[in-house]
Amino acid sequence: MKNEVLSKTIHEVSADLKAKKVSSVELTKAALDHLEEIEPKVQSFITITRDEALKRAAEADQRLASGKDVTPLTGVPLAIKDLLCTKGIRTTCASRMLETFVPPYNATVVEKLYEAGAVSVGKTNMDEFAMGSSTESSFYKKTRNPWNLNCVPGGSSGGSAACVSSDQAFGSLGSDTGGSIRQPAALCGIVGLKPTYGRVSRYGLIAFASSLDQVGPFAKDVEDCGLLLGAIAGQDPKDSTSADLPVPDYAAEMKKGVKGLRVGIPKEFFPAGLNQEVADAVKKAIVELEKQGAKVEEVSLPASPYGLAAYYVLAPSEASSNLARYDGVRYGLRVPGENIVEMYSKTRAAGFGPEVKRRIMLGTYALSSGYYDAYYLKALKVRRLIKQDYDKAFGKVDVIATPTAPNPAFRFGEKTGDPLSMYLEDVFTVSINITGLPGLSVPCGMSESGLPIGLQLIGKAFDEATLLRTAYAYEQATEWHKQKPALKES
Amino acid sequence: MALSEKDVQYVAKLARLEVTDPEVAKYTQQLANILEYVEQLNKLDTTQVEPLTHPLDVKNVFRPDEPKPSLTQAEVLSNGPEVQSGHFKVPKIM
Amino acid sequence: MPTEYEPVIGLEVHCELKTATKLFCGCRTTFGNEANTQVCPVCLGLPGTLPVLNEKAVEYAVKIGLALNCTIAQYAKMDRKNYYYPDLPKAYQISQYDKPLNYGGYLEVPLKEGIKRIGVTRAHLEEDAGKLVHAGGKAGRLDSSDYSLADYNRGGIPLVEIVSEPDIRSADEAYAYLTELKNILLYIDVSDCNMEEGSLRCDANVSIRPKGTEKFGTRTEIKNMNSFKFAKQAIEYEIKRQAALLDKGERVVQESRLWDVTENKTKTMRSKEEAHDYRYFPEPDLVPIILSGDYVRKIKDQLPELPGAKRARFASKYGLTAYDAGVLTADQELAHWFEEGAKHTKSPKGLANWIMGDMAAKMKEQEKELKDLEFDQKKLGELVDLMEAGTINSKQAKEVFAEMFDAGVSPAEVVKSRGLAQVSDPKAIEGAVDKVLSENPNVVADYKGGKQGVIGFLVGKVMQASRGKANPKLVNEILKKKLDA
Ligand SMILES: [Zn+2]
Repeated sequence: MKNEVLSKTIHEVSADLKAKKVSSVELTKAALDHLEEIEPKVQSFITITRDEALKRAAEADQRLASGKDVTPLTGVPLAIKDLLCTKGIRTTCASRMLETFVPPYNATVVEKLYEAGAVSVGKTNMDEFAMGSSTESSFYKKTRNPWNLNCVPGGSSGGSAACVSSDQAFGSLGSDTGGSIRQPAALCGIVGLKPTYGRVSRYGLIAFASSLDQVGPFAKDVEDCGLLLGAIAGQDPKDSTSADLPVPDYAAEMKKGVKGLRVGIPKEFFPAGLNQEVADAVKKAIVELEKQGAKVEEVSLPASPYGLAAYYVLAPSEASSNLARYDGVRYGLRVPGENIVEMYSKTRAAGFGPEVKRRIMLGTYALSSGYYDAYYLKALKVRRLIKQDYDKAFGKVDVIATPTAPNPAFRFGEKTGDPLSMYLEDVFTVSINITGLPGLSVPCGMSESGLPIGLQLIGKAFDEATLLRTAYAYEQATEWHKQKPALKES
Repeated sequence: MALSEKDVQYVAKLARLEVTDPEVAKYTQQLANILEYVEQLNKLDTTQVEPLTHPLDVKNVFRPDEPKPSLTQAEVLSNGPEVQSGHFKVPKIM
Repeated sequence: MPTEYEPVIGLEVHCELKTATKLFCGCRTTFGNEANTQVCPVCLGLPGTLPVLNEKAVEYAVKIGLALNCTIAQYAKMDRKNYYYPDLPKAYQISQYDKPLNYGGYLEVPLKEGIKRIGVTRAHLEEDAGKLVHAGGKAGRLDSSDYSLADYNRGGIPLVEIVSEPDIRSADEAYAYLTELKNILLYIDVSDCNMEEGSLRCDANVSIRPKGTEKFGTRTEIKNMNSFKFAKQAIEYEIKRQAALLDKGERVVQESRLWDVTENKTKTMRSKEEAHDYRYFPEPDLVPIILSGDYVRKIKDQLPELPGAKRARFASKYGLTAYDAGVLTADQELAHWFEEGAKHTKSPKGLANWIMGDMAAKMKEQEKELKDLEFDQKKLGELVDLMEAGTINSKQAKEVFAEMFDAGVSPAEVVKSRGLAQVSDPKAIEGAVDKVLSENPNVVADYKGGKQGVIGFLVGKVMQASRGKANPKLVNEILKKKLDA
């Protein structure tokens, strides 16, 4: 039987820990027991780290007992996407290529969670090298959507979303290159945030597309989301692209209400043919914000519909280079060959799945001699046009509201036959990565068939506080985040 | 710009990916579809537009020239598929 | 009549910077340590790691650019050069493509026929690769080994690649360019330029064309020459090889070649199986380098006087020949030693002769460096002045020098203790001359009869009589005066 404490949020359970109503070891054991019990159904994890978790929980209890250095995350069981390097714990990127890879170092965000006293219960499943929108491209398993086990949890951070949605962990970290936090958060009915590019260190995040990747949190509610962001944000001397900016007190910032806040609605994000349930839910959410005193106005982002096309040039190009290092020499899989070129080619053919190969080839093509200007350079120019659109819009509004995903969770296999149809899942999320802006998804409704729908809020660069504030105000007035999935098939 | 099977074979070779003939046929089709979708970028006039490589406007991030500890040799080699006398071993190069 | 060809040569020099740490991580750059002990997650290219640029490397690169009269870029960036090779951990090298730190410079190279200006296209910053040991089979040979072993200690050490314009017209010019470039790099103290340890490496692009024509011929690239001597030999060989091909009506194939030191010839490197397609693109993990005028000016102000300027100054200030000025400035320490010495003598030219003559020979013979010398500039200056003043003659000076070199004693004291002082008193010499003339009437008669060469015999006699102490110049003068009277 599931221990009721597992249904709580981080801020609730953190209070219990501080009040000694429960110890971290008890809490962690309960979480692990529940995790293991439902794992055959949900399959969120690639690696479960029970011993490591209990060790950290015991340390957290000492910290709680001493009362020193206690943070809201001290003693709280969390989960980490399996592309964040964890020292001594294998980190696979859901790829056969890295089945045996054990990093000798921690990602900066992992280090920060540990410093805050958090407990990690394991490494979550994902699309291979974060390439996908359904977590189906994992070499290891298919994570299932807790709201309907026949549906995908979204991707690429499907495991990190499903485990929080099903109370296997109180929160988790994921990564978002084109929507990989926001889309699974929407599909699993939880809160997910992609911070501004540079807000959170990428050191130790196994790169997919370096100029787009960003680490961010999954949480059961907006307040937890702010706590997790506060813990991982900040400049890192190991990441040249992390910003030298102070990290606000998100918990205080988010409770200021939305009176007078200017909310922009871009018509390009409500195209004809958009799933009606999604469109309705998002529009209702906007009305709710208006009710609370926000001023809603239409904005135009004319170049943003080209974001997906630009993304599918830029991301694969960077990926083709980032994934070149998997060559069977220093770590990971090696398939023997007569000579070095044969070894390389066999290793990479066996180590990567079809989606990864597709993107590597696409990116290699876009960068290759004779095509660079037509594809890569063109995409970089379109990137600037899209950025200019957003800059202009944010001259008028404080936050932009859109759907997160074009539809609720879909069934396994529904889009795997046609890569392009899968790519279209990212249509509302990619332009935020292209521009580096922060984006958040908060639950805003349920489909007829009982699948969650997400509202995407987009903010100015480094203004996550306003996103959290808007989402918090909305969430406090609604009940979506309180619903729990039944872990049933239908 | 129509993508041919020859292009896919060239790119696979460049990316060090062994591909079978049926794979080449499949990838050619799929990549051609994606590239066709990407062609829509040409609808935008970008003649006066500077490329944007970094979403962030940051410059001159440097590190002081101060030594930090390296890994031990055992740590360096710990993930190596094949190691020999302190080195990573690789098959013959020519 | 055979066609006369003109070689067209461009050089690419890779220079390892002497920073304490690597270009993108805190690993040390020490040479010769045990394999894979100067390696961290970053320079091993482990998944998830990121580069952070070493500020000292940027400073050194700018220093090189300034010393080579380059324009320092207002906007520079790092790029990825993608290719697979087991010495390259990330399968891309972080380098600079279209926005290098330094471009459009030149180097003034002293040649026998005068100074020649050779263009420097660019000098950009990049990371070094690791090292491969080819083992099994015919071990050590790339083309016949069974396997290779990779060591990443060198991987990530900062390099500046200095690319010349194809302005060089002979192997000798190439040699002179390399020598001058190395000298500059040593002067500005950015590299130890140790060729045996690979901290200076050179590739040459060589082509030939019929003399008087404009169009470049097909070039070959001679890779990785680790000594200037080999570079010169390889370029000479390659020029002849290409000329022979063209004379036979054959074509030069564009390819990379290696200099085989045992066979003294360039050999084709079995071409990689596809044409290079490096797919350069801006390194997203690093941000642009935008250096202020102030920053560049500060570095410029710190530059020492460079070899070319020093040569010119030595020639004009000290009255040295171009050759002597070249020898003395070929080593910054020697130049400094000379210049200190010049403060202690009335004849810098005389000092230069001593330094390049007896002193250099003895130092070579005894394998001594400047810091090992028993004497200082003041003493050598003293010796020069004693000789210039005629106190001792050149033969005596050599003896005094030897003693000073071995024991560090002051020349004035040696002269005194050995009673060596030269007799330059005309009266004393006149006496000796008169005596010799009166004792050798036949010789005097011969002289007067037109055999003027016999004066040497008479000088010898006077010197003998003075036991070598007489000032030979004076003896000569007085003899002549008396004989011609
Ligand atoms: Zn290192």
